[in-house]
Amino acid sequence: MAIIKRITSSLAAWVAATPLLAWLLGALAAVLLEHGVGRPLADLLGLPKVPVLFGMVLALKSPGLILSAVAYGTIIYIVPIVLITRLGAGVLNQAAAGLLRLNLSASVVIHLCLLYAVLHLWSDISDYRVLTLKLTLIAVMLTLSLNVINGYMGEFSCSHPGFMALGAYVTSVFTVAFFVKDKLFGPPLLPPELGPYFFPVALVLGGLAAALGALLVAIPSFRTRGDYLAIISLAFMFIVKSAIENLEVVGGARGLRSQPDWANLPFVFLVTVLCVWVINNFVNSTMGKALNAVRDNEMAAEAMTVDTRRTKIVAFMFAGFWAGVAGGLFAHVLRYVNPATFGIQRLAEVLAMVYFGGLNSVYGSIVGAVSINLLGEALRPLELFKWIIIPLLLILVMIYRPTGLVSFKEFNVRRLVSPKTPPGGDR
Amino acid sequence: MSLLRVEHMTHYFGGLQAVSDYALELEPGQIKGLIGPNGAGKTTIFNLITGIHTPSEGHVYLDGQEITGLRPHRIAAQGLGRTFQNLALWRHMTVLEHVKMAHYSRIDYGLVGAFLGSRRRRVQEQEFTERSRELLRMLDIESHAEQLVVNLPYGVQRRVEMARALATDPKVLLLDEPTVGMTAEELRQMIEVIHLVHQRLGLAVFIIEHRLRFVMELCQEVQTLVFGRVVAQGEPEEILNHPKVIEAYLGEDWED
Ligand SMILES: Nc1ncnc2c1ncn2[C@@H]1O[C@H](COP(=O)(O)OP(=O)(O)OP(=O)(O)O)[C@@H](O)[C@H]1O
Ligand SMILES: [Mg+2]
Repeated sequence: MAIIKRITSSLAAWVAATPLLAWLLGALAAVLLEHGVGRPLADLLGLPKVPVLFGMVLALKSPGLILSAVAYGTIIYIVPIVLITRLGAGVLNQAAAGLLRLNLSASVVIHLCLLYAVLHLWSDISDYRVLTLKLTLIAVMLTLSLNVINGYMGEFSCSHPGFMALGAYVTSVFTVAFFVKDKLFGPPLLPPELGPYFFPVALVLGGLAAALGALLVAIPSFRTRGDYLAIISLAFMFIVKSAIENLEVVGGARGLRSQPDWANLPFVFLVTVLCVWVINNFVNSTMGKALNAVRDNEMAAEAMTVDTRRTKIVAFMFAGFWAGVAGGLFAHVLRYVNPATFGIQRLAEVLAMVYFGGLNSVYGSIVGAVSINLLGEALRPLELFKWIIIPLLLILVMIYRPTGLVSFKEFNVRRLVSPKTPPGGDR
Repeated sequence: MSLLRVEHMTHYFGGLQAVSDYALELEPGQIKGLIGPNGAGKTTIFNLITGIHTPSEGHVYLDGQEITGLRPHRIAAQGLGRTFQNLALWRHMTVLEHVKMAHYSRIDYGLVGAFLGSRRRRVQEQEFTERSRELLRMLDIESHAEQLVVNLPYGVQRRVEMARALATDPKVLLLDEPTVGMTAEELRQMIEVIHLVHQRLGLAVFIIEHRLRFVMELCQEVQTLVFGRVVAQGEPEEILNHPKVIEAYLGEDWED
């Protein structure tokens, strides 16, 4: 017992003294190492190929190889990260302090570049990793935007798949009609070389379409106090889905394909960063905190001059916008969408990510989206059991942490990139 | 023209006549009290004035302008600050965030500022913070600024409500039983606080109160409400000896 306590406390001290910079550099070393010796090491350990998701899939498919997978993970990931964070903490704390003194934005950009480099190198190994990573980033956007409503504002919305669908279809129709030769829409209307420049415009249009849909849901739902949102938003989701199914111009139930291949990793990464930044800006302003006030006591919010109806409608459209943008990216990552994608199962998935990760928290949304998404991928070999394990996990979290793993935690960028002084250490 | 004027206000909840033909004149700088037994309709009168309910009949004027039927946030922004009988705090917000939130109607950085973080927003948020801290200092609770309200003692929570109401920059302050459930010590502090805001900020104050001692000490004039109707009105001493008041309070612990 005592030894366990010793270990956890020394682990905690280690984490407390390690700046983000060190974690990122450690991860960078790890992915570089994998690039260099991943393949030969996998051969040496008798693994059929480089384990794509930290060996999780492999371990389930062929349990005999678990030990090899663990060895691979230890050598490639754990050793370099531990080495760099332990040995480099001092220097890197000074470096982080220096960067911060220089300029907060510069420091943030450098951290983001490092993060991107890590993700890029890690996913470079296989197309599967690239796809998983893109979908995970999109899931972060979806989760965070839904968290604005279900977490920060404390209402229960079910329309996110509907907003996603609106975004996906509007964006796709725009890009396919204007820049691609296609069965449905004929020859491109504009020179395809211009296309990539218009992709952000297409995404914004998708987002706006979703925001408009959000307005349609918001007006009747927020007319009076009371819980109409859940039911109206659920209806909205089904209406959007069946409307698209019956809309033959966009392919009906068969779906819409031949989206151009513009949603590459750097682009998806940038949009995700933008989304997190904007949402975090909003929820930390007094205007955005009004969501919390409305959730915790609406009558008091009104008495303190908060226009609660406007607050709710704006927040709902804002969340809808980002879900639409995420949907547009989603369609261009898969380069195919059909209405069946945007049904009750997608809803369950997004809700799970929000409530698993944690309400009212940017960290929570990232944790929720990444863990549920990776878990979903990792458990894929189990097929049906996946749909038992994930809900079970969710129930456990709901019992022991009713508001999710990392709820009600402020996402403070300055603190995130600051140097870490060990507790009791000199400053 | 009085600062706050209510004329012929009547309100029904379904068949129940909760308030009947109520009238009020509150002058600038005046402290007035509203007493009455449980269920008399005192809180309902506050809710009618502040727009939580719209009166079935009657008119409310603030500073010469009619505010009847406006939505509560408009009325609050026009200069009517209030506290609640059963504390209405935001459980996941800190004390400072509470007071900053009450500046909502003065936000002028717009959605763009909120989303992208403009210079104007930084400046204004800073202003809100400073002004809020000033109010917290005035009410002697600045040391709790970064704490969540749920973790604070009752007396402090009451003051947070007061600070928050003051932050809306009210002309009239409505206090709904500001001392309910307080210890003798907290009660004494609350009297000081009310004196302080009254003198320092020159506000008109309208107080619902159960404890007569408190009313006697603070108010220049008192209304007594029984079954939604004002049965007596006048200076505190007069009221205390008024037969209708004695009758209404019979059997109640009206000494404290
Ligand atoms: N929203 C409402 N809907 C229906 N009836 C209400 C509502 N609010 C108050 N009432 C009723 O109106 C009457 C007056 O209530 P009110 O809360 O104004 O009394 P009060 O004088 O503030 O009493 P207390 O001293 O207990 O706070 C009560 O009979 C109450 O049940
Ligand atoms: Mg009352």
